[in-house]
Amino acid sequence: MASKTQNAQLDAKKVLQAVEDQFQTLQILNEEGEVVNESAMPDLTDEQLQELMRRMVYTRILDQRSISLNRQGRLGFYAPTAGQEASQLASQFALEKEDFILPGYRDVPQIIWHGLPLYQAFLWSRGHFQGGQIPEGVNIAIPQIIIGAQYVQTAGVALGMKKRGAKAVAITYTGDGGTSQGDFYEGINFAGAFKAPAIFIVQNNRFAISTPVDKQSAAKTLAQKAIAAGIPGIQVDGMDPLAVYAATHDARVRAINGEGPTLIETLTYRYGPHTMAGDDPTRYRTADLDNEWEKKDPLVRFRKFLENKGIWSEEKENEVIEQAKEDIKEALKKADAAPKQKVTDLISIMHEEMPYNLKEQYEIYKEKESK
Amino acid sequence: MAQMTMIQAITDAMRTELRNDPNVLVFGEDVGVNGGVFRATEGLQKEFGEDRVFDTPLAESGIGGLAVGLSLQGFRPVPEIQFFGFVFEVIDSISGQASRLRYRTGGKYNAPVTFRSPFGGGVHTPDMHADSLEGLMAQTPGVKVVIPSTPYDAKGLLISSIRDNDPVIFLEHMKLYRSFRQEVPEEEYTIPLGKADVKREGTDVSIITYGAMVHESLKAAEELEKEGFSAEVIDLRTVSPIDIETIIASVEKTGRAIVVQEAQKQAGIAANVVAEINDRAILSLEAPVLRVTAPDTVFAFPQAESVWLPNYKDVIETAKKVLTF
Repeated sequence: MASKTQNAQLDAKKVLQAVEDQFQTLQILNEEGEVVNESAMPDLTDEQLQELMRRMVYTRILDQRSISLNRQGRLGFYAPTAGQEASQLASQFALEKEDFILPGYRDVPQIIWHGLPLYQAFLWSRGHFQGGQIPEGVNIAIPQIIIGAQYVQTAGVALGMKKRGAKAVAITYTGDGGTSQGDFYEGINFAGAFKAPAIFIVQNNRFAISTPVDKQSAAKTLAQKAIAAGIPGIQVDGMDPLAVYAATHDARVRAINGEGPTLIETLTYRYGPHTMAGDDPTRYRTADLDNEWEKKDPLVRFRKFLENKGIWSEEKENEVIEQAKEDIKEALKKADAAPKQKVTDLISIMHEEMPYNLKEQYEIYKEKESK
Repeated sequence: MAQMTMIQAITDAMRTELRNDPNVLVFGEDVGVNGGVFRATEGLQKEFGEDRVFDTPLAESGIGGLAVGLSLQGFRPVPEIQFFGFVFEVIDSISGQASRLRYRTGGKYNAPVTFRSPFGGGVHTPDMHADSLEGLMAQTPGVKVVIPSTPYDAKGLLISSIRDNDPVIFLEHMKLYRSFRQEVPEEEYTIPLGKADVKREGTDVSIITYGAMVHESLKAAEELEKEGFSAEVIDLRTVSPIDIETIIASVEKTGRAIVVQEAQKQAGIAANVVAEINDRAILSLEAPVLRVTAPDTVFAFPQAESVWLPNYKDVIETAKKVLTF
């Protein structure tokens, strides 16, 4: 016998629709580079706009070079970033130096622009501990491998900032798949409960390796996951640098003012494979979908916008490209010059003081490595 | 000097370090107003305020992540995991994150976190509260694992753990929390980590143990004495890293050893002690090194707990096997 539903106390469709209605995608620049939301325009000078473009172009080149260096065996682990420049760099652009970034493994560009020298990013990719020796005054963690772990740690960094009375925020990144982790929810919930100055970014690039976002959750947006934690959430066009910047900037202001954390979902796309370790996106994505997203490209629309303003040119872009290539060459040289990492390095770094077993093992490996 | 139970000594150690170092933070589930489910943090929030001693939402992984994040901001976190059976919820923060922070950052960052947690059998808890999981922790390079057996040791070891610049798992046996009192200095003192304590000297057999089994072993040693056997009881106090010097010196003296642990037999601390003795002192041995442990099952439900847990009779029986080998 079918159960009666006409007397149900919960109008499920209405409840879900009401949630969905709250999460309209913020867009400022459309695909043609036209401003479609004047009132949301962030307050950026021409120089700042040019700098943001410069960083996006530079990072696209860095991505292309990193992929080919990986193929040549000159880089190690690498997770391609093309397509996500607005999402990654416009959010970082809204930060101050004292803000602390806790990246996922695809979020290397943000920490480079936050101060990690390029050669150290290369060393990190190669699996050399010197890549993680973050210079003094650069407020970043090393890219997180465990999906979601950076979210719970961000609550801790942000709570620490609050306790220190710092006017700074902790910002972290994960992907659409990351929002399925318990740590995602624990992180945003802790930060909310402590009213800690944190910004949680979900770069929804549609696929967690191969699993599409509609298989991750029944939630229509990922931003709405903020509701359960009692914190504000917003969905933005992640291919639109101005929307990403505006949302991050707002979140930062709220956090600094003691209003607690914000969850930002950026709708974006990675053009490349998940990582360079054998992933083949043609197994799970169609060329049509790739084309559809490439039309939304952040560099294309931002270039049009800046050209229309008369503050960008092919010449300027070429300068950036040349600069990027030059910097990459120099950074590689510097990375190549690092001494080969030894097991004795690892043994001596594990603890402040070596326990008896490692003291003995140190001697064994010292002998092995002297041959 | 004051007479203190182990739990009072633990509270006293935290109070001492909260006073000494403004970077020390104590937090976890119900540690604030409630003073912890065992009252380990009794009075601390009142004395040091909510900024230093605070309740967290109910999520162990969140607590572990908070500790790692606070370490990145220069704090010295002392989180409580309400029962160590809940460690499975937070094992990434311990074994995947805190323990690896130094290597990942080439020594730039460290995680001076002391994860405190009650564990241990004999108090009829529900499932997942009493398990001895120190062997699991000891297989995490980069963390130390400390298990006190007396109030005096608990205070000195906990102060050392909090001051240690690397992660420490500090496990508090529930049965020992209030089982006896001991003279404990009110002033601060430390007991070095990684250093065992000879709780009773003897010449015929070395009984190497830790936690609640120290007391079963001491009781066994008394009984053995009546039968003319002189047993030495070594309390490891730190089970990772173990104090190899004290163990080997004792085994070289007695020529016979048994290792006693409350945990299951397979892998674990006792197996490691046996292997180290094998590596370093086999020619001093007059008999195989045997173990007294629980069986290789999950922790027993309360109805079967008393037989499941090793006791002094098991220690006597096994000691006699090696004494008469």
